Amino acid sequence: MENLGYLAVLLAFILSAYAVLAALGGKLRRNPFLELSAQRAVLAAWLMTTAASAILLHAILTDNFSFNYVASRSNASLDLLYKVAAWWGGQEGSLLFWSWIAATYSFVAVYTGRVRHRNLIPYVVMVMAGTQAFFLGLVAFEANPFQVIMSGPQITAVPDGQGLNPLLQHPMMAIHPPMLYLGYVGFTVPFAFALASLITRQPGERWIHTTRVWTMVTWLFQSIGILLGARWAYVVLGWGGYWGWDPVENASLLPWITGTAFLHSVMMQEKKGMMKVWNIVLISATFFLCIFGTMMTRGGLVSSVHAFAQSEIGGYFVWYLIIGIGITAYFIASRRQYLRSEAELESVVSRESSFLFNNVILLASCFAVLWGTLFPVMSEYFTGNKITVGAPFFNKVNVPIALFLLFLTGVGPLFAWRRTSLESLRRNFQWPALVAVLCGVALVAAGMRHFYATVCFSLCAFVTLTVLMEFYRGGRVIQRKFEMSLPSALVELTWRNTRRYGGYLVHMAIVLMFVGFAGAAFNIVHQQEMAVGDSIEVGGYEFKLQNVSEMDSPNYFRAVAAIDVTKNGEFLETMAPERRLYHASRQPTSRVDVRNRLGGDVYLVYAGQSSDGANPIVQVYINPLVNWIWIGSFLLVLGTLVALIPSKRAHRAERVRPAQLKEQPIAASGD
Amino acid sequence: MKKQAKFVAIIAAIVVTLAWMGVSGVKESATYYVTLEELMAMDNPGSKRIRVGGDVADGSIVRSSKNVEFTLHQEDESMAAAQVLEVVYTGEDPLPDTFRDKAQALCDGFLRADGKFEATKIQAKCASKYEAEPGADAAPVYGAEASSPTD
Repeated sequence: MENLGYLAVLLAFILSAYAVLAALGGKLRRNPFLELSAQRAVLAAWLMTTAASAILLHAILTDNFSFNYVASRSNASLDLLYKVAAWWGGQEGSLLFWSWIAATYSFVAVYTGRVRHRNLIPYVVMVMAGTQAFFLGLVAFEANPFQVIMSGPQITAVPDGQGLNPLLQHPMMAIHPPMLYLGYVGFTVPFAFALASLITRQPGERWIHTTRVWTMVTWLFQSIGILLGARWAYVVLGWGGYWGWDPVENASLLPWITGTAFLHSVMMQEKKGMMKVWNIVLISATFFLCIFGTMMTRGGLVSSVHAFAQSEIGGYFVWYLIIGIGITAYFIASRRQYLRSEAELESVVSRESSFLFNNVILLASCFAVLWGTLFPVMSEYFTGNKITVGAPFFNKVNVPIALFLLFLTGVGPLFAWRRTSLESLRRNFQWPALVAVLCGVALVAAGMRHFYATVCFSLCAFVTLTVLMEFYRGGRVIQRKFEMSLPSALVELTWRNTRRYGGYLVHMAIVLMFVGFAGAAFNIVHQQEMAVGDSIEVGGYEFKLQNVSEMDSPNYFRAVAAIDVTKNGEFLETMAPERRLYHASRQPTSRVDVRNRLGGDVYLVYAGQSSDGANPIVQVYINPLVNWIWIGSFLLVLGTLVALIPSKRAHRAERVRPAQLKEQPIAASGD
Repeated sequence: MKKQAKFVAIIAAIVVTLAWMGVSGVKESATYYVTLEELMAMDNPGSKRIRVGGDVADGSIVRSSKNVEFTLHQEDESMAAAQVLEVVYTGEDPLPDTFRDKAQALCDGFLRADGKFEATKIQAKCASKYEAEPGADAAPVYGAEASSPTD
């Protein structure tokens, strides 16, 4: 089996490399047969990666501990879900998983676009199969998951594996990596189309239409991946927080930031023909940041709590990045004429400038995060001292950026294109501004002294009101025109311009998350050694340790502290934070217990034993507003899905358009 | 032109503000990440925030009611005299589960005048529990690890 698996990887690698060469040859020699052959190779490469993945997965599921990878990532008594997760639980498997997703994307992108974008596809194949070949090459030659355990000339199996890292044994962790990978890898598609359009000098802004859905889907995966990671950190890592500015977290945030900037700035290009170079640069930057992020995670460039191997593959990534960025830069430079802007900025108070500032500020944030993440590497290179910067640095720069962005979220969509009249400013912002000020005053009067949190809550009120007013005004117009009820008018309104109103929903989601972020100002933490029978009071809750019970199971040994929680004399529930010792890995972990309520989380950690080993140390976190982050996450997904539904108007227009006209420029059909 | 000047001014203001915040943020949180050997060689280490990495010496952990003391050393056969550092942990949080004899530990804190290192935060990792040594042939390493006594 191991030979078959490795053979499949090798074949997939060769097929991907062949696809690149065939597509290139097809274009250079104008040979449609070679172009077709390249497409077929993409399909074949997908089949091969799928086969390789299936073999690895089969080995994991059947507990084949003669595979080194299986022996070190899984064990016999592991739950089925986590056995599947072991596929991407380690270096070798995760690179294969990465390749498989890349192959799937290439296959889908090529086969869905091969008719409509016939002249783009060969270039799309080159970019996508090239990336895929790179990762398959790593799997084949540097990180082979099909290595077997040898003793002398004999293949041997160990009786049981070492198990999956216990911290990863959580449902959230089973879906977080695939989501993030779908995001990371997915940005290859819009990048490939953008580069293909640039190379072939596609007329108009067609590539933006082509890639819009791809970009949004990918952005959605990336967002879900990041948010699941945050949620996992919150419920598993036991420090009451969700974001620690760890290098690997930052790596996933970087392409998300540039991707977000891209989703906004493409509107400038669609509507006004502006910022064309900028958009190409943004989507390329997003793609290369994805590769860079993978390099940071996999290549051991910076040390991180994400315990991946310190391995030698970093060097390959550096070469890949240098070559890729070089090629992209060459095409951008050689096609400057094609990318010339068609309009100029006219006023500081306009939609255009709000997009511009949105982009400047997002890029600044991206740069700051990148800078902070690479600080140890660069300081070591330039001064010889390895200096790290921590959360204070990231927060100091990013909090004001985030607040400014929140402000733009409120004002940007309501500014008119070109310039905004004073009258429209007054009409749109009078009430939201007033409410925001009142909100700020009320908070300060109520004793709030945290500057940023106060500003944030005021801005949240401001943005919420602007969004609600937009829905209300639009809804009223439709309500009058078609004489329907307001709720159905709102549905109709959203359906007529899903992109705009879906976007508003996402903005609203961001507001909810900011409420959650700023709510950290109200968090309370308390830590204490507790003997059985002891009780403590934190933030209005009373906690009483009833008992500590110990249990054993095939996978782990555990000690559970039963703690009664009461508030104002009323018994709420018995919470049970626990500590586990996993047999396979001999690694102890804390299992937190969280009482999720809209009014605030109670978060208990069995943090450790007292110095003499007699009593548990219990940490209590009271996080009053944190749930708004997760509620916001759901709205973000919903809003993005709404924006992905074709608008009613555009939908109709498409149906009447004859099929043979589809190749004609359709840049005018804006939405 | 006036319009462009406005844009340039606003963007410059944003960039300068952020750069200033960035620089002060770096000053606030810059931590020197050193090995034991580098710490010994540092000039004026007392004035800097330091993160030092090393292995916890076997049997050196002494827990008292107020703090935990232990010795860090660097496992390096080539060195004649092993580098050692006495660490006093004064932080609030309970020590991580992975912190025990022979674990790799990262201590954040500063070097006291008496030569002891006062740590306020400690991260620890079991020595190569999850990953084979880089470059080493996986199979023999794995075999050795599997037969090693569980700690």
